[in-house]
Amino acid sequence: MVQKFDKPILTPSQTAGPYVHIGLAPEACGIEDVPFETLGREIAGPEAKGDRIKITCRVVDGGDLPLRDCLVETWQADAAGIYPGQEGADPAVSGFGRMPADFTTGEIIFETIKPGAIALSGDRKTPPHISFWIFARGINHGLHTRMYFPEDDLSGDPLLARIEHRDRIATMVAEATGPGEYRFDIRLQGAGETVFFDI
Amino acid sequence: MTGRLIPREAGIHPPLFTPTYKTSVLRSPERALISFDSSPSEETGPTFGHMKLGALDNDLLLNYARPGTSAIGERIIVHGRLLDENNRPIPNALIEIWQANAGGRYRHKKDGYLAALDPDFGGCGRTITGEDGSYAFRTVKPGAYPWPNGPNEWRPAHIHFSIFGHSFGQRLISQMYFEGDPLIARCPIAQTIPDKAALDRLVAALDMGETKPMDAIAYRFDIVLRGHRQTHFENRPEGL
Ligand SMILES: [Fe+3]
Repeated sequence: MVQKFDKPILTPSQTAGPYVHIGLAPEACGIEDVPFETLGREIAGPEAKGDRIKITCRVVDGGDLPLRDCLVETWQADAAGIYPGQEGADPAVSGFGRMPADFTTGEIIFETIKPGAIALSGDRKTPPHISFWIFARGINHGLHTRMYFPEDDLSGDPLLARIEHRDRIATMVAEATGPGEYRFDIRLQGAGETVFFDI
Repeated sequence: MTGRLIPREAGIHPPLFTPTYKTSVLRSPERALISFDSSPSEETGPTFGHMKLGALDNDLLLNYARPGTSAIGERIIVHGRLLDENNRPIPNALIEIWQANAGGRYRHKKDGYLAALDPDFGGCGRTITGEDGSYAFRTVKPGAYPWPNGPNEWRPAHIHFSIFGHSFGQRLISQMYFEGDPLIARCPIAQTIPDKAALDRLVAALDMGETKPMDAIAYRFDIVLRGHRQTHFENRPEGL
């Protein structure tokens, strides 16, 4: 026998279910007189430094159908690559977004600023990206991925360097659809399945 | 930033593909998740400790009720502590909950269950944990409800929990069940969790110590999020 770690068991995940909007986006599901406002509506305030961008996403299932009952949360750095809460971060950037898919089209549209590259130790940097966390009915554990930008050189990213099937990197790169406008489709399953992380 | 996250232990969280929970079949990735040590993008995260909450935000008995009345159902207190896996409390963290009313009906335009809506119950609440990681909600015990996964399937009474730690990599959504509910063993969603001891973590215990006589029954539900490594020796060969 040895000493025991006194380590509690992690609380396991469960699906957010179909009624997640009640808790996290009440105005989306027809609740009037919402007791409090939805969080994550403003990722970057009007005063935020950096290029303003608009992103349109969809989350698509293995049968090619967009999820109309999912939510995504996003987390990103400011234009200088500094995360909110870190020293020197732009106070006008909250960095956190929370968006429900449209009940009819499944589209998720949000505006923010383009984040800067993130400094790592040494002189290395990770190219600009937005972290995504996707949850819905049928998803047992929130799915974590990143959106990168098509105009950036991704070759220096240590995380992408670990992906053996190089063609899969494209699943995390948004498509430019106009000046400051991007489209990002997340495929949960099958051909073109998005890369998801366990980080 | 609070340092490297401890990798998730295998076998605690449910797998993504669980055919007995049918909706997961087309909504689960087929390829393996890519594992990677955490970086600043996961070690930082939104914080809500500064957020100003309304006095009734954690009181679902009253936060949707008309003046002078309160939600219908068994009055309960759900309380506990938010900890990390190193047994340290997580203070100033946001916990949000949502649930069906006492009859098992959700206030949601997609819920068509024939049980009645309660005009005095909205079904959502939120709170920020205290310095010791403690939190509490007051609500009604939700009813069980049927769902179309199988011909006669019922969800055990449950409260949905959304939990933030201090880093994006700690983010968790889960459900709390109630001690002694025979439907837990029959529920395809609860049973997506492979490990019995892990599922037990989702079952809140009756807590007579915190029960308010002549008022509300208490249940205790502690929540454990991933921790950060206590790095005695640090080298980051990948430059992360
Ligand atoms: Fe539910």
